[in-house]
Amino acid sequence: MTATVEAPSGDTRPARRAPRHPVKRRTAARRHVTPWMMLAPGIVLFTLFMAAPILYTFVLSFQKELVSGLGLGSGSRTRTFAGLENYVATFTDPEFLASVGRVLVYGLILVPTMLGLALLFALLLDARRTGAKGFSRVSIFLPYAVPAVISSLLWGFLYLPAVSPFYWIFEQLGWDDVPSLLSPGLVVFAIANIGLWGGVGFNMIVMYTSLKAVPTEIYEAARIDGASERQIALRIKVPIIMPALIMTALFSMIATLQVFAEPTTLRPLTNSLSTTWSPLMYVYRDAFTRDDIYSAAATSVIIAVATFAISFLFLRVVQRRAFGQED
Amino acid sequence: MTITNQTRAMVVPEFHEASDRRSRNGDQRMPLAIGSTAVLLLGALYCLLPVAWVVIASTKDASELFSTFTFAPSTHLWDNIVELTNYRDGLYWRWMANTALYAGFGAIVSTYVSALSGYALAKYVFPGKNVVFRVLLMGVLVPGVIVAIPQYLLLAQVGLTNTYWSVLLPQLISPYGIYLARIYAAAAVPTDIIESARTEGARELYIFHRIALPMMGPGLVTIFLFQFVAVWNNFMLPYIMLGNDELFPITVGLSGLLNQGASLPAMYTLVITGALLSIIPLIVLFLVLQRYWRVDLAAGAVKA
Repeated sequence: MTATVEAPSGDTRPARRAPRHPVKRRTAARRHVTPWMMLAPGIVLFTLFMAAPILYTFVLSFQKELVSGLGLGSGSRTRTFAGLENYVATFTDPEFLASVGRVLVYGLILVPTMLGLALLFALLLDARRTGAKGFSRVSIFLPYAVPAVISSLLWGFLYLPAVSPFYWIFEQLGWDDVPSLLSPGLVVFAIANIGLWGGVGFNMIVMYTSLKAVPTEIYEAARIDGASERQIALRIKVPIIMPALIMTALFSMIATLQVFAEPTTLRPLTNSLSTTWSPLMYVYRDAFTRDDIYSAAATSVIIAVATFAISFLFLRVVQRRAFGQED
Repeated sequence: MTITNQTRAMVVPEFHEASDRRSRNGDQRMPLAIGSTAVLLLGALYCLLPVAWVVIASTKDASELFSTFTFAPSTHLWDNIVELTNYRDGLYWRWMANTALYAGFGAIVSTYVSALSGYALAKYVFPGKNVVFRVLLMGVLVPGVIVAIPQYLLLAQVGLTNTYWSVLLPQLISPYGIYLARIYAAAAVPTDIIESARTEGARELYIFHRIALPMMGPGLVTIFLFQFVAVWNNFMLPYIMLGNDELFPITVGLSGLLNQGASLPAMYTLVITGALLSIIPLIVLFLVLQRYWRVDLAAGAVKA
């Protein structure tokens, strides 16, 4: 993406300079080795812990286990080629499709709310006449320091009718049968709220930081032209930080697909979360509860491909929208 | 208003206009400023609510937790801490130490590896450089949790699962960290300085450690914090890799305690106190390192 853009200006210099000093030619040759030595730890770790597992997942996803006889003893189980069997099984499993559906709903609730609020807060922090900025900025960013498991745990208790302050308020208001926030219909909102709480501050900071990078002369010019603060925010600031908005949206969508810790942590507190609530929980169940690593591998590949597809589609669509006029 | 301002700007002399506008704006925008301050404070309140709750809830004993008003504090904080400490001979503190090891040590090594790779990619010209960078970039998009299960299977074959290594090693590599390090090395380390160090006979690794690394300081703090949070937040990897609860990080440990709470409600006070104690060090770390934390790096990295 950015790689091609920011080729450091100094890059070409050692190469250009080497021939001028014949003595240095050996050093120049050695300089081809040095970067590889420096890259070696990264490349080795990448190969062992990313490339190899990804390849291994691919291989596994096209295999299955054949059990001969009673399936006892080490020789009775053999791996064979399964073709697309595992993929077909995943795609035709209503449980998997249901988990995808739930995560889509979860994402549709979470991503627009989170980015909308993050943008609103960032613009307010950047506005001239807003007070309590330092306090608000630190407070809203604070949840980023809280791991998803802990935040699910905190909110989980706040959702329990016996502990929750919300139910106390409902009681005071005279609403008696408010359904549990962890009931099947509402649990997706409950989980989305946890995601919102954990993510809004980080996205706000990313947007706010890119707002800070804009030279204020632009706003001054707009003010002299009579633009109101709101017009400046919507017509100037938002378009200027569009790249940051696109990236936060992309990362939020990818994170949405991978939701795992929140529903897993909440499970002990409610009956409305199945072991296959999200696609990753489905993968986990296949791999560890059912001991079916082959199906788990196929589903992992599907999720990874979906992630790539969504990333590329999204980038293409927004690029055409946002930068289409430039051509 | 647009029109009036424009016409005024044309008619009224400069200094007059300035002072006049300030008061006018003051009167007109005050309500808006109160509104936006209120919205911001509401956001802050929302974000502080669970934190305030856990502080208060950890002062209650098991019966009070479910009987007294949510935000009414009690006096049992110390008892709860003692009880938590006594739980299976201080297992909780072991989890804290494990977390510090996984996130702290892991993030330091990961930052060093990222800096080394990023510097090499930014400051050297060599064949294959772009291929390496593109492959690494693809790694940024591959969701880490997707590879957790195959990582488990591969580590199981060399007998490393259920050890400290099984959680540490896979998280030493951070393609995003390398990506940020490259951008930061390109921006913060002037090639002239590297060149002059070379002419003075400094060796490449010496230049990297003594000259480039200090210059990349703020960027490295950012990479460290990103990685620290990523490891600390990664629930699935240790959840999959570890069976022995003495190796658990705090997240997996507390999640297990909560599970027991379903049948043993007394556990809930332990979970709540444990949650409070676990977020304190992280919040302190953030407040302290906030000044060095360069999110603009992440945001700037975004400009495609």
